[in-house]
Amino acid sequence: MKLPTLRDVATEARLLLIGIPVFIWTMVPIYHMFLFAISPKEDAFSGRMWPEHPTLHNFSIVFNEQHYFLRDFYVQFWNSVVIAVAVGALTLFVATAAAFSISRLRVPGGRAVMNLALFTYFIPAAFLAVPMYRTMGNYGLLNNHWSLILAMVTIASPYAIWVLKQASDKLPVELDEAAVMDGATTLQIFRLVYLPLMMPSLVAIGTYAVLLAWNEYLYAFLLLSNDKEITLPVALGNFLAADDSPWELLMTTGFIYALPPAAIYYAFRRYMVGGLTAGAVKS
Amino acid sequence: MAITLSGDHAMPAPPLSARLTPPQVWGIVLLAPYMLVFLAFVVYPVGYGLWLARQPASYVALYNDPIFARAAVNTLIFLVVGINVKMLIALFLSGFFIQQRTWIKWLSVLFILPWAVPSIPTILSVRFMLNPEWGMVNQIIFKFTGDDGPNWLNDPTVALAMAIGVHIWKSLPFWTLILITGRLAISHDLFEAAEVDGASWWQKFRYITWPSMQTLYVTCTLLSMIWTLGDFNSVYLLTGGGPADLTHVLSTLGIRYLRLDQLSLAMASIVCAMPLVLPLVYFMMKRLSR
Repeated sequence: MKLPTLRDVATEARLLLIGIPVFIWTMVPIYHMFLFAISPKEDAFSGRMWPEHPTLHNFSIVFNEQHYFLRDFYVQFWNSVVIAVAVGALTLFVATAAAFSISRLRVPGGRAVMNLALFTYFIPAAFLAVPMYRTMGNYGLLNNHWSLILAMVTIASPYAIWVLKQASDKLPVELDEAAVMDGATTLQIFRLVYLPLMMPSLVAIGTYAVLLAWNEYLYAFLLLSNDKEITLPVALGNFLAADDSPWELLMTTGFIYALPPAAIYYAFRRYMVGGLTAGAVKS
Repeated sequence: MAITLSGDHAMPAPPLSARLTPPQVWGIVLLAPYMLVFLAFVVYPVGYGLWLARQPASYVALYNDPIFARAAVNTLIFLVVGINVKMLIALFLSGFFIQQRTWIKWLSVLFILPWAVPSIPTILSVRFMLNPEWGMVNQIIFKFTGDDGPNWLNDPTVALAMAIGVHIWKSLPFWTLILITGRLAISHDLFEAAEVDGASWWQKFRYITWPSMQTLYVTCTLLSMIWTLGDFNSVYLLTGGGPADLTHVLSTLGIRYLRLDQLSLAMASIVCAMPLVLPLVYFMMKRLSR
């Protein structure tokens, strides 16, 4: 084996000098959360790097709903799941139909709709939240899951339409023409030609919408307030209402809440990175 | 909703329906769901919001509210410092992450975590770390120096700096990822030729990397500006706007007015951000709709 030269060692050292701070910077808040989750209350507040008596007791408290703040844990978890799945499905439906219509059928005015959608995408969601809250009140949807689902579909679909339109513009026109020659109807083209070819982008967009809805805090806490209706992030925010909040339980619940999106992200990373960065890189 | 829909379709119907081919009819049908969502949850709320913000009195009230002035200044600081620091670090780290090492590959997998996990648990985790008595940071400071650490979130300047830090922590991975893609798109031959010519590290960056990345970098900076303007979580979950409402930014201020039931003020504060938002939106749309 060849011994590394001094130059190689110096390069490696320089890289480590960047890599180690990056690692610490990235992991500290997440490690701190994990540390709290496995610490008994006394250890959590002692500032140790590793608890003296690591325990899974906090998880058992959460899973058995043995605390005032956790009495509706399963209901709230389920709410988060239902809303995320509904937003994913509805966004896919709305955006795929719109992208097919704009890109493949070249519907009159499609370009204008695309621009309107892009405009919505660029309006910061926190600014739209105020009028959205009142609108949902006017529609009588406050405290109803539909308010959050529809709001998140509104926020997710512009970007979804844009990514899907970019992807479908790349499919050759000849495919549609050949299908028409064979006597396929528009719906058959959509179902049998378009959807199968778009699968990778659809997976990316579905994942994007599900994660967006699962992670959403602002809209969830504005639109839902009833204990049985709220999603997990709102429940986490409600922990702060008390002065003596059980932080170790808050962090445990937060850890459980953060696991599914991280898992989904890593499972679909291949699609996500390709599908989602393609949009921003086009310049 | 029903009225606007029928209005959309019925009005041009007699002369147009004869000319519409079946695919075009399907096109309109398939576009309808999004149009419904758009009309009901974008056009109506925005129009209603603007109508609520129509009175000059709300702007006078806003002008006289010291919290608004403070929030406007905070927003500018947040944007200028936060975005530039974030984008420069992202540019630097994108060069680091394209190095061919196994450990760097693994690090890049971990590096994406802040972006992949939801904000609320991680930001609350940072919030407790900065707790003056029980937080990890001050306990470590105490262990090493024997002094009490600063009261991080109780000083408006430090608290705002911490909120910017949280914002950077959360969004740095995404922008680094984008800039990595940009760097990987540069032809490797250029660097090999420069290597042969004995170009220094800085020359390679100055004459190869930067010219091919600058458009992307500027686009990313502007897009990041829009998104940072709407960053509610970093400030709200870390400081809640406190102490004494001194760390609000425009996005949290609107929600604060909403919770105080001052709806016209909330909308007026958002309208005040529009001169900053709209040019950015216009520019981004020109970039992306090509």
